[in-house]
Amino acid sequence: MENGLDTMFQVSSNPHVRAKDTTSRIMLYVVIALLPATVFGVFNFGFHALLLVIVTVLTTVFAEYIYGRCMKKNITVMDFSAVVTGLLLALNLPPDAPLWIGVIGGAFAIIVVKMLFGGLGQNFMNPALGARCFLLISFTSIMTNFDCDAYTGATPLAAIKAGEGVNVLDMVIGRTAGTIGETSMIAILVGAAFLLVMKVIDLRVPASYLISFILFILLFSGRGLDAEYLVSQLAGGGLMLGAFFMATDYVTRPITAKGQYVFGVFLGIMTGIFRLFGPSAEGVSYAIILGNLLVPLIENFTKPAAFGKKKIRKETSKNE
Amino acid sequence: MREKNATVFWNGLVKENPTFVLMLGMCPTLAVTTSAINGLGMGLTTTAVLVLSNVIIALLRNIIPNRVRIPAFIVIVASFVTMAELLLEGFIPSLYAALGIYIPLIVVNCIILGRAEAFASKNGVLPSFFDGLGMGLGFTVALTAIGIVRELLGAGELFGVPVINNVLKLISSAVGKSEPVEYVPVSIFVLAPGAFFVLAALTALQNRVKREMQAKGHNADKIQSGCSFDCASCEDSGCAHRFVDVNAPSGSVANVKSSSKDVSP
Repeated sequence: MENGLDTMFQVSSNPHVRAKDTTSRIMLYVVIALLPATVFGVFNFGFHALLLVIVTVLTTVFAEYIYGRCMKKNITVMDFSAVVTGLLLALNLPPDAPLWIGVIGGAFAIIVVKMLFGGLGQNFMNPALGARCFLLISFTSIMTNFDCDAYTGATPLAAIKAGEGVNVLDMVIGRTAGTIGETSMIAILVGAAFLLVMKVIDLRVPASYLISFILFILLFSGRGLDAEYLVSQLAGGGLMLGAFFMATDYVTRPITAKGQYVFGVFLGIMTGIFRLFGPSAEGVSYAIILGNLLVPLIENFTKPAAFGKKKIRKETSKNE
Repeated sequence: MREKNATVFWNGLVKENPTFVLMLGMCPTLAVTTSAINGLGMGLTTTAVLVLSNVIIALLRNIIPNRVRIPAFIVIVASFVTMAELLLEGFIPSLYAALGIYIPLIVVNCIILGRAEAFASKNGVLPSFFDGLGMGLGFTVALTAIGIVRELLGAGELFGVPVINNVLKLISSAVGKSEPVEYVPVSIFVLAPGAFFVLAALTALQNRVKREMQAKGHNADKIQSGCSFDCASCEDSGCAHRFVDVNAPSGSVANVKSSSKDVSP
């Protein structure tokens, strides 16, 4: 080792050049990017929202630690992914939900959706969204009750669905009823911009998602080119949070570039169908979960051919 | 002889439990176990049909031609299912209404056809009776267990009694609190996804218990499998003739046997 020759002649398999990115670093960036939406949600909805966020995050972290201990597996708490799951789940809860909702949801997200399928990288579905849908089906009345001290009445999307007018400026800023983290389009976009600049996410999924959603709304809503309606559909509900933070989850989106476009377009169309033709006003979480389930299929069809492979395949098919 | 019957019975109930080990009859298992009483009713109805059809098929096993055995089995099973359906409609109409379409569907329940094919058509009447009883009761125990967990979590009740709220009331009155805490049912457990959650959890639990039993030296191996997953190491060559035409000219059965011998170490 003294002259460096030994290290020069050591042969290792690739990759030889590594980026500094680690799982914990990326997850930390996501947590930072979620902070504007979290801070705005707490500011908007009050102390109980902050309590709910803290309880949910603590539950996910604790659940991951306990599971690792009980099953005698590596304890993976330090990669921050449990924090991201807890934070995302909390931002998807109504501000006045009781604290035990966060505990049950957090435990379900980590233990059932993530760890039982093999932990980070193996889960077939976004844990936060899986838990949100679990809670939504189990405790429908609590999960769809957005009344709180700050706001009473329906969410803007429900109001639109009922044919009432909404204040678009309030929706963009976020001063409306809704879940803790979804209301402010601006806060979410600030976080998303941070992730884009840090190259944690790219625009493939979000852009194809939002563009196909806009096209779907233009084609099927029957309102023509109504800019106000369009902006309220984009700013309302969990679309922004879903498009930038949940559809872009590394584990549950396709890895092929082509596949990511297909995935995004599928999400846009499904969200449009759920919102326009479904019985409830919102459909982002179900759309993303459905998309997650289709990821293996999408990857299979968009598998890039290895160099030179295409020609051979054609020839063999001719021979057959 | 008696010992053998007991082994066959125990095999169906525990070692080769149709729900948790063989994973047969998943359709009624997932669909009707929304409450403990539905699971119990479905299990007992299936047990009755299974025992009777196993006995009749064992009696007729040397008469039924090999090529039309499946239609013959189905005719026998369907007769008993029709009887069971009419009896339920007449005497337990509430259970009949709760189980609905799943009673006539017992005809195509794979546990019944599976046992007919794998056991009753190869064994005598008495072992077939005990096989049907064991498998049927194993199915009943499994369905009732799933039903109990789903009803308890999804509605807070046990056989229709709101036990969780009663316990909460008891605790709060013991503590001296005037207003008892109400249990909020996790309603996903009485819906379709809950059936999968509970089935998976109970199967995992069952596997763990069995592994611990084995570690302690108990024998938990299957004894009498209709068909194990691994054809290469299959000792039960009796099933091979089912997939091959017995009257075919030469040695197709022998080929299957010899090739399987080659593969196994």
